[in-house]
Amino acid sequence: MEKKILRLLQDDCRLSAQEIAERIGAEEALVKDMIRKMEADQVILGYAAVVADDRLPDAKVRALIEVKVKPQRDGGFDEVARRIARFPEVVRLYLVSGGYDLLLEVEGDSLQTVAGFVSARLATIDGVLSTATSFQLKKYKESGKIMSQEDEYERLPVTP
Amino acid sequence: MSGSPSPRRTFVAEHIHVLPKSGIREFFDLVSTMKGVVSLGVGEPDFVTPWNIRESGIYSLEKGHTAYTSNLGLLPLRKAICDYVRSDYHVSYRPEDECLVTIGVSEALDMVMRAMIDPGDEVLYTEPCFVSYPAEIRMAHGVPVVVETREEDNFALNPALLREKLTPKSKILLLNFPCNPTGATLDPATMQEIADIAMEHDLLVVTDEIYSELLYEGTHTSIASLPGMRERTIFLHGFSKAFAMTGWRVGYACGPAELIDPMMKIHQYSIMCASTMSQEAALDALLHGRRAMQEMRESYCERRNVIVNGFNRMGLRCLMPKGAFYAFPNITSSGMDSVTFAKTLLQEEKVAVVPGTAFGACGEGFVRCSYAAGMDRIQLALERIAAFVERHK
Repeated sequence: MEKKILRLLQDDCRLSAQEIAERIGAEEALVKDMIRKMEADQVILGYAAVVADDRLPDAKVRALIEVKVKPQRDGGFDEVARRIARFPEVVRLYLVSGGYDLLLEVEGDSLQTVAGFVSARLATIDGVLSTATSFQLKKYKESGKIMSQEDEYERLPVTP
Repeated sequence: MSGSPSPRRTFVAEHIHVLPKSGIREFFDLVSTMKGVVSLGVGEPDFVTPWNIRESGIYSLEKGHTAYTSNLGLLPLRKAICDYVRSDYHVSYRPEDECLVTIGVSEALDMVMRAMIDPGDEVLYTEPCFVSYPAEIRMAHGVPVVVETREEDNFALNPALLREKLTPKSKILLLNFPCNPTGATLDPATMQEIADIAMEHDLLVVTDEIYSELLYEGTHTSIASLPGMRERTIFLHGFSKAFAMTGWRVGYACGPAELIDPMMKIHQYSIMCASTMSQEAALDALLHGRRAMQEMRESYCERRNVIVNGFNRMGLRCLMPKGAFYAFPNITSSGMDSVTFAKTLLQEEKVAVVPGTAFGACGEGFVRCSYAAGMDRIQLALERIAAFVERHK
């Protein structure tokens, strides 16, 4: 049931507990409790809109940055990752396998602000060995939603 | 062209001449003239075929697989079908000669009727039902015999009513559970009773299980899987509903070789084979489509709960259907008959539903509302219908 609630909320976080309860055939109070519990347990961290930001007049600039890190004797990558995560410019941060260690997504008002953040704040952190920055040019899909949907496909209005 | 003699006789065959057009067609023509209609009249999934399946169709074309397949259909597809039917329906068929890939269940049904009916044979079927059944029987020179299903039986086939309609000419019993348009299913005990009747009266059972994956409560049992039934049952199924593949036109018939073989003759002479591209996409659906199918089913289930509760709240009594994607509310509290209700609702609120009478005379007092529509459409339709019902109290 938690899974069902989460799937519905991930698709549309504006659904009320009452609407969710009706759809999955459960008691509203129970759904409310479960949502509260998932919020308390930090399974649900927030409720956000999925935005096609290239449609905004003053679109933000986003970059994916690959970071190589020298792991520490105590704590491995966690210490450096936590430091990086605290910057509000960083919207996503993952430890990954492969040719580099951390992958982060950074958001800024302009190319310069992002570049400035990387050189002044990120690259200078103790333990950061190198960075490689790729600016995003166009977004095709986010959070399971394809940007700029095709025209709606006209179906017959009544069929057997 | 003046002077050329006009035909002195009617060319159209009598049994086709007297065959009525589908009641849905008439309603479709009416809806087509209007703009801004919210339609609950559609008998197909609102989902586009899952991308992986579509991609397989595209790949089939890319590889240049554009030739005929075997009359029976691609062998790998028949193998996959037989595996699927064995695992999910618990009946074993041989891919080599007990499985025939068809152009949807519609073609399979047509072939069954043409291959099994001698003129005058009686075919028992339930109403309200899919619009093609009585027509298919008549086109094959059979005699359609209606067994009505009733709201008080949850629209399941009542074995006692079936017995009343048996005659020495009864040959075929046509079943469709989960049912279009009622969403009804048969519980195992009732199904066993029907199987017993079929064996007792030596009937051929044709079971159209096109909605069987779309079951929201309990588990589906195929009548073909009951002891003694395999040899007298033709199992019809396809990809249209569960995998959202209506436009691909792929279905199949499974049965004992001595029943599939005569159908194959008709298929061979009139159709050759189902579309090759569609068959390859269908194979992908069976091999990799289960998850997408389950997600769609979950979505239908949510919509079912919303629409059925919605109808009951506004005072239209509606059973909670266990399968398919149709709600069949009772609209007699409106004081209107089905056609008037549907037409007035369309004109006043621009919501399209199908009058129950399109599915047989005993559909009077009901309308079919498909919940294979997006939740926002369903909610909008419910608001409008509620306003309509309130106004006509």
